[in-house]
Amino acid sequence: MTATTTDLPAALAEIVEDFGALTVPDRLQLLLDFSRGLPALPARYSEHPELLEPVPECQSPIFLVTEVDGAGPDAAVHLFFSAPQEAPTTRGFAGILAEGLEGLTAGELLAVPDDVSHRLGLDEAVSPLRLRGMAGMLGRIKRQVREKTSG
Amino acid sequence: MALPHDTDAKLAEYAHPERLVTTEWLADHVKDDGLVVVESDEDVLLYETGHIPGAVKVDWHLDLNDAVTRDYVDGEQFAELMSAKGIGRDTTVVIYGDKNNWWAAYALWVFALFGHPDVRLLDGGRSKWQAEGREMTTDVPSPAPADYPVGQREDAPIRAFKDEVLAHLGKPMIDVRSEPEYTGERTHMPDYPEEGALRGGHIPGAQSVPWARAAADDGTFRTRRELEEIYQEEKGLSPGDDVIAYCRIGERSSHTWFVLNHLLGFDNVRNYDGSWTEWGNAVRVPIVKGAEPGAVTVGAR
Repeated sequence: MTATTTDLPAALAEIVEDFGALTVPDRLQLLLDFSRGLPALPARYSEHPELLEPVPECQSPIFLVTEVDGAGPDAAVHLFFSAPQEAPTTRGFAGILAEGLEGLTAGELLAVPDDVSHRLGLDEAVSPLRLRGMAGMLGRIKRQVREKTSG
Repeated sequence: MALPHDTDAKLAEYAHPERLVTTEWLADHVKDDGLVVVESDEDVLLYETGHIPGAVKVDWHLDLNDAVTRDYVDGEQFAELMSAKGIGRDTTVVIYGDKNNWWAAYALWVFALFGHPDVRLLDGGRSKWQAEGREMTTDVPSPAPADYPVGQREDAPIRAFKDEVLAHLGKPMIDVRSEPEYTGERTHMPDYPEEGALRGGHIPGAQSVPWARAAADDGTFRTRRELEEIYQEEKGLSPGDDVIAYCRIGERSSHTWFVLNHLLGFDNVRNYDGSWTEWGNAVRVPIVKGAEPGAVTVGAR
């Protein structure tokens, strides 16, 4: 199965291609690697969890916050996530977004297609219902970036 | 070939103690022939992070649901799944999972639809096993395919459909969802996405007993006495009653079905798996909003 990647930023396109090259069970293992690789929160957030936004579309609790360097479409975006170890699927989704979107400009990030979660070949590995959580995270990231760059 | 029952004193109080095992019993028997341990979780990757040695994974979304019809797998698909997991008809199956065995109880209920003779839950589930520092592994077993006969799914005794619930209005019903879902303030649990139901509320006459009231702090089931206080004394149910339990898609109510049926010995309990995602969207069925069970409208249909 090959999903379209030409409209994706390079890092995210690479992740989609990596998933697409694997068998379904191996995709789960890769998702687990992303779960393990999710960076820990820096102290300025781990000590102030109230600064993070909850994502209720996920089955398990996850919180995220974005930072934008400056204003306008060329400002770089940084992403921070917090999700418990007992929620590896949710952590895996966050890990994919952390690696695939980190450092993009606001303009690039807002252009990421909303359906990207369904291009990972995970529908049959984790079920479409669970993937809604990832779309929920992307939606919230975009909203935060829109708010932070328009001000 | 079934394994011996757990003779633990707390379990012995229940109506059907043979449906539960303690973590201690499982640790003693985990390597026995004739036993297959099954993990079934809400989080589809949790098994991969580590599981009880020898345990196989059964996922509700991917293994137990039909891919196109909103229904469970059929006899052939179930036999295929059992075979792949190394489970024969005589195998003793012990199921455990995350979140107070919520999804494990759901899997057990599906096993019951196919009449698997010896299927048990691990009291306290995954969290208790882990909290006790017992062995976990990431090694995935590759069981030799077992011979599992293709049988018919027997829905009628333990599964209710919408028309049966309509005909049941006025008889005992338990809504096991959270309080805001019951009153109609929300259509999913707090902190979960609002999904898929056009109206919030409950089925007329249904009493509210959130499912997790049946679980103690360590994830084990409450004692028989404590459960009797909730379901029999507080809610006035009797073991001979014809009871239907429901939630949002039938997963949390499987947990309550297990409690009423196996722990308290109610022999006529059905799980309405269509639950609120069907009832809350269905045309011309009555609902009630607010904290009271509400009256059943005469001639409701």
